[in-house]
Amino acid sequence: MSRDTAALDPSRQFHHWWNNERFRGILYQVLLLAAVVGVGWFLVSNTLTNLNARHIATGFVFLDHEAGFGISEHLIDYVPSDSYLRAFAVGLINTVEIAVLGIVLTTLLGIVMGVLRLSSNWLVARLAAAYVEAMRNVPVLLLLLFCYSGITVSLPLARNAYSLFDCIYLSNRGLKLPAPVWDASTQAVTAALVAALVLATLVSAFARRQLDRTGRSLPVARITLGLVLGLPLAVFLAGGAHLSFDVPHLAGFNFAGGVTVSPEFAALLLGLVAYTGAFVAEIVRSGILAVSYGQTEAALALGLTRMQVLRLVVLPQSLRVIIPPLTSQYLNLIKNSPLAVAIGFPDLVSVANTAINQTGQAVEGVTIIMTIYLGLSLLISVLMNWYNRRVALRGGR
Amino acid sequence: MPNDDAVISLKDVNKWYGSFHALRDISLDVRKGERVVVAGPSGSGKSTMIRCINRLEEHQSGTITVNGTEVSNDVKAVEKVRRDVGMVFQQFNLFPHLTVLENLTLAPVWVKHMPKAEARDIAMRYLERVRIHEQANKYPGQLSGGQQQRVAIARSLCMRPSIMLFDEPTSALDPEMIKEVLDVMVELAEEGMTMVCVTHEMGFARTVADTVVFMADGQIVEKNTPAELFGNPREERTKQFLSQIIRH
Ligand SMILES: Nc1ncnc2c1ncn2[C@@H]1O[C@H](COP(=O)(O)OP(=O)(O)OP(=O)(O)O)[C@@H](O)[C@H]1O
Ligand SMILES: [Mg+2]
Repeated sequence: MSRDTAALDPSRQFHHWWNNERFRGILYQVLLLAAVVGVGWFLVSNTLTNLNARHIATGFVFLDHEAGFGISEHLIDYVPSDSYLRAFAVGLINTVEIAVLGIVLTTLLGIVMGVLRLSSNWLVARLAAAYVEAMRNVPVLLLLLFCYSGITVSLPLARNAYSLFDCIYLSNRGLKLPAPVWDASTQAVTAALVAALVLATLVSAFARRQLDRTGRSLPVARITLGLVLGLPLAVFLAGGAHLSFDVPHLAGFNFAGGVTVSPEFAALLLGLVAYTGAFVAEIVRSGILAVSYGQTEAALALGLTRMQVLRLVVLPQSLRVIIPPLTSQYLNLIKNSPLAVAIGFPDLVSVANTAINQTGQAVEGVTIIMTIYLGLSLLISVLMNWYNRRVALRGGR
Repeated sequence: MPNDDAVISLKDVNKWYGSFHALRDISLDVRKGERVVVAGPSGSGKSTMIRCINRLEEHQSGTITVNGTEVSNDVKAVEKVRRDVGMVFQQFNLFPHLTVLENLTLAPVWVKHMPKAEARDIAMRYLERVRIHEQANKYPGQLSGGQQQRVAIARSLCMRPSIMLFDEPTSALDPEMIKEVLDVMVELAEEGMTMVCVTHEMGFARTVADTVVFMADGQIVEKNTPAELFGNPREERTKQFLSQIIRH
């Protein structure tokens, strides 16, 4: 019956070529491509014209020039007479430092808060819920400013610093800690520690193989602990048991020597972790709820404690649900880190900003920032996807 | 009633879910080695009763004692009871992220602090007993329902419980798999395991049970040997239930 109507329908018998689906598909693609190329060409030529008019040379040659500005925090040596390239490297390292520490701490905080939200203790669950709601409803910039002013206002001046054993100081200039002096002895101990970690990794790989083949398990934890503590200690003792520390001391209005955890660094880390941790807590909570309660009951009936049930049965299963949204929270943390500019922490964007202001090389500066952020994001995505596949593959369901 | 050799003893146990009275004055003693089958219509409180025994549910009044330990708010007491009592669920509840072998060794290693190698040996022995040792390294999702339920039984047995609770262990299974699970349970009964089993398998009840408990509306209506209870039910409610079961 429907075939008859189709045969009678005049529009079905006569095909206009512009009604052809494939033709339309190709046409749209050609139009879109033309639009993209056109806009791109306009942007590039416009930029080049403007740069020419202001006598700004394009290209990355400026990276070799002397930066000429100081950076308050640097994990590698840096002085204003160093190149822009080195300044960018300092900023990148600061950004990576925040990202790595931030991701680790956010994960821990998120898991704890997510679990506490599900606690059967009414008060604990309410407090965790209040934390999550508070963080989710505050702009992250405000939170950073709050942390920063909180730290700088509540802590005393350097000369009134809280001190512990006269070698650790806490003041509004940050937390000052003694640092080991990088001499032959510390170098040897560090080398021994690295060697111990490598050995421990090999041992645990061997132990896993041994377990699979013979069913005999080695005391991996004890061997690892022995190696990691014993080897550096042995080297330390063999080297005459001397380590020298650079102890911070008051000099003028600030401290000299030692290492510093600055208020800017602390505020940025604290703010980002507190903020992102709330979102991770929600992800963890929904991940736990996604595991059927029968799993918990079966594990409890076997005699496992609540803690063991969570660690051995529930969390490993909720990882499959947790990891994909967790990845985007990690990326959010990294993408929020340039708010460091607001509190004066010299992250990559803040350094690039200064460089752009001094040189006018905005296009190059922004290109560098975008490339690095893209690289960091891709790196995290790749790592998390790899981990996700490892977790998801097990069980073949 | 000889109360002294009872390994499970419930006295005047009451339980409410909110305002709903789920268990009403339940009293029941189970001797060592006794096989008890619990039957009754849906919603009569069978699951609730046996889940109170290992504290998966909390009762509000009355006392429950298992091997001399009172089931209470005391965490240590509950842990002890759970180590003595194995449980098998309708939905198997195997851990899908662990292999069959890891499912079996998890509790012995973490609860009893048994060396891994020893736990594996014991696990393999129980897997052989439920005739499923070739599947030791598979994941639960790769097994049939009947195989999963036998793994679940083996998982409980690995903790060497003195009492086993079963909550409709065959209700989620296809007919052809029911027998393989019942066979394992019959063997367990023949070895003298104390068992409390909620089931609608009347054949199993007839051949294996020492005692059948019939429940309705949160109460124990009748308790007797299977021959008496099935052949000569005293209560009207029991007759009605049995006639329904037989008609089906
Ligand atoms: N968590 C709960 N909250 C509220 N009511 C519940 C809960 N669990 C069970 N109930 C109610 O308690 C009563 C007894 O439930 P129970 O699961 O013990 O019945 P059952 O005899 O095992 O039934 P079935 O044969 O369907 O498994 C039912 O009416 C049920 O609705
Ligand atoms: Mg039930």
